[in-house]
Amino acid sequence: MPDRNPIDIPAAARRIDGAVHDSRRHESAHKHVSGEALYIDDIAEPAGLLHVQLGLASRAHARVLSMDLAAVRAAPGVVAVLTTVDIPGVNDIGAGQRHDEPLFATDLVQYHGHPLFAVAAETRDQARRAAQLARVEYEALPAVLDIAGARDPGTLVTPPMTLRLGDAEAALKAAPRTLSGRLTIGGQEHFYLESQIALAIPGEDEDVLVHVSTQHPSEVQHIVAHVLDIPAGAVTVEVRRMGGGFGGKETQANLFAACAALVAKKTGRAAKLRPDRDDDFRITGKRHDFEVDYQVGFDDQGRILGTDMLFAARCGFAADLSGPVTDRALFHADNCYFYGNARMASLPLKTNTVSNTAFRGFGGPQGMVAAERVVEEVAFATGQDPLDVRKLNFYGTTDRNVTPYHQTVEDNIIGPLVEELEAWSDYRTRRQAIRAFNGANPYLKKGLALTPVKFGISFTFTPYNQGGALIHIYTDGSIHLNHGGTEMGQGLNTKVAQVVADEFQVDIGRIRITATTTGKVPNTSATAASSGSDINGKAAQNAARALKARLVEFAAGHWGVDASAVAFTADGVAVGGQLVAFKDVVKAAYMGRISLSATGYYKTPKIHWDRAKGQGRPFLYYAYGAAVAEVTVDTLTGEYVVDRVDILHDCGDSLNPALDKGQVEGGFIQGMGWLTTEELWWDAQGRLRTHAPSTYKIPACGDRPRQFNVRLMRNSPNVEDTIHRSKAVGEPPLMLGIAVLHALSDAVASVADHRLCPQLDAPATPERVLMTIDRLRARAAGCEDGA
Amino acid sequence: MIIAPEYRRTVRFLLGDEPRELTDVDPTLTVLDWLRGTERRLGTKEGCAEGDCGACTVVVGRLADGTVRYEAINACIRFLATLDGCQLLTVEHLKRPDGTLHPVQQAMVDCHGSQCGFCTPGFVMSLYALNRAEAAPDEQRIDDALAGNLCRCTGYAPIVAAARQVRDGGRAPDHIDDVLPAVIKALTALADDKIVETGRDGRRFLAPATVDQLADLVLAHPDATIVSGATDVGLWVTKHQKVLPTIIYTGRVAELARIQDRGGALELGAGVTFTAAKVALGALHPDLDELLRRVGAEQVRNAGTIGGNIANGSPIGDTPPALIALGATLTLRRGRERRTLALQDYFLAYGRQDRRPGEFVESVTVPKPGPGDLFAAYKISKRFDQDISALCACFLVTVDGAGIVTRARLAYGGMAGTPKRADAAEAALLGRPWDAAAARDAKAALARDFAPLSDWRASAAYRLTVAGNLLLKFQAETAPDAPATRVLAQRAHGCDIARLGVAHA
Repeated sequence: MPDRNPIDIPAAARRIDGAVHDSRRHESAHKHVSGEALYIDDIAEPAGLLHVQLGLASRAHARVLSMDLAAVRAAPGVVAVLTTVDIPGVNDIGAGQRHDEPLFATDLVQYHGHPLFAVAAETRDQARRAAQLARVEYEALPAVLDIAGARDPGTLVTPPMTLRLGDAEAALKAAPRTLSGRLTIGGQEHFYLESQIALAIPGEDEDVLVHVSTQHPSEVQHIVAHVLDIPAGAVTVEVRRMGGGFGGKETQANLFAACAALVAKKTGRAAKLRPDRDDDFRITGKRHDFEVDYQVGFDDQGRILGTDMLFAARCGFAADLSGPVTDRALFHADNCYFYGNARMASLPLKTNTVSNTAFRGFGGPQGMVAAERVVEEVAFATGQDPLDVRKLNFYGTTDRNVTPYHQTVEDNIIGPLVEELEAWSDYRTRRQAIRAFNGANPYLKKGLALTPVKFGISFTFTPYNQGGALIHIYTDGSIHLNHGGTEMGQGLNTKVAQVVADEFQVDIGRIRITATTTGKVPNTSATAASSGSDINGKAAQNAARALKARLVEFAAGHWGVDASAVAFTADGVAVGGQLVAFKDVVKAAYMGRISLSATGYYKTPKIHWDRAKGQGRPFLYYAYGAAVAEVTVDTLTGEYVVDRVDILHDCGDSLNPALDKGQVEGGFIQGMGWLTTEELWWDAQGRLRTHAPSTYKIPACGDRPRQFNVRLMRNSPNVEDTIHRSKAVGEPPLMLGIAVLHALSDAVASVADHRLCPQLDAPATPERVLMTIDRLRARAAGCEDGA
Repeated sequence: MIIAPEYRRTVRFLLGDEPRELTDVDPTLTVLDWLRGTERRLGTKEGCAEGDCGACTVVVGRLADGTVRYEAINACIRFLATLDGCQLLTVEHLKRPDGTLHPVQQAMVDCHGSQCGFCTPGFVMSLYALNRAEAAPDEQRIDDALAGNLCRCTGYAPIVAAARQVRDGGRAPDHIDDVLPAVIKALTALADDKIVETGRDGRRFLAPATVDQLADLVLAHPDATIVSGATDVGLWVTKHQKVLPTIIYTGRVAELARIQDRGGALELGAGVTFTAAKVALGALHPDLDELLRRVGAEQVRNAGTIGGNIANGSPIGDTPPALIALGATLTLRRGRERRTLALQDYFLAYGRQDRRPGEFVESVTVPKPGPGDLFAAYKISKRFDQDISALCACFLVTVDGAGIVTRARLAYGGMAGTPKRADAAEAALLGRPWDAAAARDAKAALARDFAPLSDWRASAAYRLTVAGNLLLKFQAETAPDAPATRVLAQRAHGCDIARLGVAHA
């Protein structure tokens, strides 16, 4: 199979439109801006469409004594009201098929908002009104609402994990200095702009077609099949694009798809379920909030000798993805640092709140926030700039390079990356300027921080590290591309199309990007874990290469040249001394009865993981990055602005620098939002009160850094054989936002002359910043009194 | 002789340049649901249905001063019938007839301004409205124009880059400008003095054209819901599915949108939008400009009104604390009768106002600060833009030539069930030199004035602490050689006494 042009093929006079490594615009950009991009709610509605709404429980934990749905059934426009008894198959929509996550609660309500029934009506308004008419009698049960309350019963939703490197206990005992503390990290709502939605269209026999906004069509397919008790083959799940996912549509679409499909099969009519934004907030999982207890041993220079960390997470009422999420928190509790000796354990606690789920970073961000707190504590304890302590503890390249899960870090570039960023951002000069500013300003205080990121790429659930693609070439030379990944805005379809365009050396416009559907590429993995282009790009490349091989062999025979004299160039297919238009080669191949359709498949090499032992190589490689943030804090109100952010991020040899930069910028802002203004607030009854953008505050335009400098690392190809030596970029940049938390912490620390670690928890809302300032001032005064 | 008003039973507006004349309009059908459900114009998206995310942003044109003024609004909480006499532009109108993208759209493509694309039509419409309104918006203006559009993917930088590209490209007439004369003519023809009446299923929508008609209708329908911008009432419908039997819409009443300079005071009609009020009140004091800038976001400010902000009695409305501090009075009208009362007396208790059946807020009169008056307004929220106050504090302190406080009006929102003055803190200031010690004593006295609630916006402790700290800040800012005190540096200003001196010019 020719991988590159043989020497005798002249270089093409032109470059194709949309080659790999080009900053090609998003494939749907022109449709986004004109309103022509179709989302699920925009699909032409089938005649007789029913609109479905869910009836939600109004207790956090209760037994259902009775449920009177007569008024719901009698409401105008209502066609069907469905409860557990209407489910032909299994009443479970959980990702792990643990039977711990019913579609409808039967007799036990486990969180405020737990769906009890579905109502289908002629209009959405009718369905929404009818859903409120249920009369439910409850017997209240004690509700466990947060981590503090969950520690004592200690009920876990999934088995915990422990990682051990060396002997943490001995190392902590032997360390010249130790300290310990607790860190609280809030959760995060995905706030994808397109809310969850599913449209189910019944077919003949058992068939059902489900259009659903999901990152994981294959799982939706299986869930729908289980709920309906039909074969997976009868269920087709399709998604052209999502209006954002961020992990919130990895498993959370199951509920909506299963419910719409159930209504469709029960009524024989198409059914659409689009919850109101408030319901979406209430009944879909979020990023896990954590409390982390840490103990660290270190020497007088600030070198870490051992750590012991316990990660308690609020998982909600069911497991969902809490197992792998809390695992990944541990995988990233080292971030870029060699601990020497470490013990890390997870505590996935059950609570009577919505079941938490995947969210960009998948536990990794929480692990990394904990790592950065530990390093910050050591920096304050030893009286150094946190950056110096960070650098002192970075993983080595030849030694000091074994992680707590016993993977050797083979591709470490964090040292040079941080050096470059430190110089480029003028960190040291600005550090001095900020000290001067703070000395001169009684009310406003500036803070500066540089934090690094090392993020492991691959699903830790090894079977997910596979992907498939399907390519058809039609006789007019147009190319139909399908793969198992889903488009949620990240530009996956653009990148995969670039890969295929590059293989065939045709302009990207020739490639038709199509909806992801379980009917074309089966048994797909979730588009998650940043793996989309790694897996699907390779799978599509393999499909293209299979077709190319056939075309080369055909052309060689057809035109009577050696196979090595056939090559795909931007000017056409070079066949011996002549150039043949791609479409003419294709047409000739069809006439010669050559199959013009091929599948491609890829599985990630090298990885293995033994969870029981806590050892293995869960990741093929790491993506790196670092950010410097500068903030100004109002010490009277706790309000702050982010003055400047400089980012240097590693995308390997980027498949598309413009799209990757978009991921870096957007990920950073999302991470910043998580750690600053985004606060989830439940009341004493377990009701989520921040359930819409009016009360839940993601960053707005004006919150972005006043100066925002973003660069991708140059000349940094992936050492592993990934698709065109690129690196995954979906999740890692989110954790660049940690720099803002630490810049705020630095500003807060100035009120006590940088002698005390502020221990600023997240989210650092203005309130938390002010309260931390006041606490720090009180502690500083206490220190002085005691001195 | 009373002439019976004439009624018109159709709702008439332009969709682009196509006339629409609708009958039996559901009074609470939103523009968004009409666009998506009836017209199947699907470019406009629903993100939140509460006017907070901007995915549904459309542009509404209204006749003003002989031309059409275009403003971005949230289609999700705007009732369709309120478009009477307007032109509605959606994202579908922006492409040129030959299919090429509008410069605003092209800039978004060029700058990689879309990722998932769901918020994008809303951003495009906000950018379009900005481009129509201003040829050369500065950075702050761009941020303000985009503050009401949430994007979860891009982090905004590429969208701002698109806004700059549009600005730097200059404003060339587009195909929408080309038909402007015809649009002006059509809108002029639609304007009349009749009461628009429509409705469905026994529910009524009434839109008077004059304030006298409004007064008569409110008197005749004392239980009606009076709607102006619907930035609050819209949510009663979309979120609480409230059935509103009768709606009286004030948006067609030109008199209510008037701002009059009465020498020592400004009189603002109840229908003055936040956008218009920002210009008038902002001229009195930069903090008022900044406070108004932070009411909702552009789409909300273009729809919401001063009268609505007052009349609905919210304890966290953004304008009442400022207006109370300035000593504003309210004019209430019932039929042909009017009465005035101090704004602070209008708010009786949580959810209860001094508004009688058949009565409505007609105007608010705001005294201009005079020389020697120190004023500041602070809004504290989790996020600067498009957020609701955790607390809002507005202070007016008069200091005599000897530096003694002779008048103190300290008004707070978010600290009690109503917007409320801090009597004890005021007393702590009166007769004292205006210095840090006085501010500290006033801060201590606040605990006697307020026992705020803890909720998702802030804890009671934070509210009380910051309420006091803002007094310290105010004092520090008004002292000579005031240090920098505000993180929104471009708007920071220390001593405002000089500026206040010319405020009533």
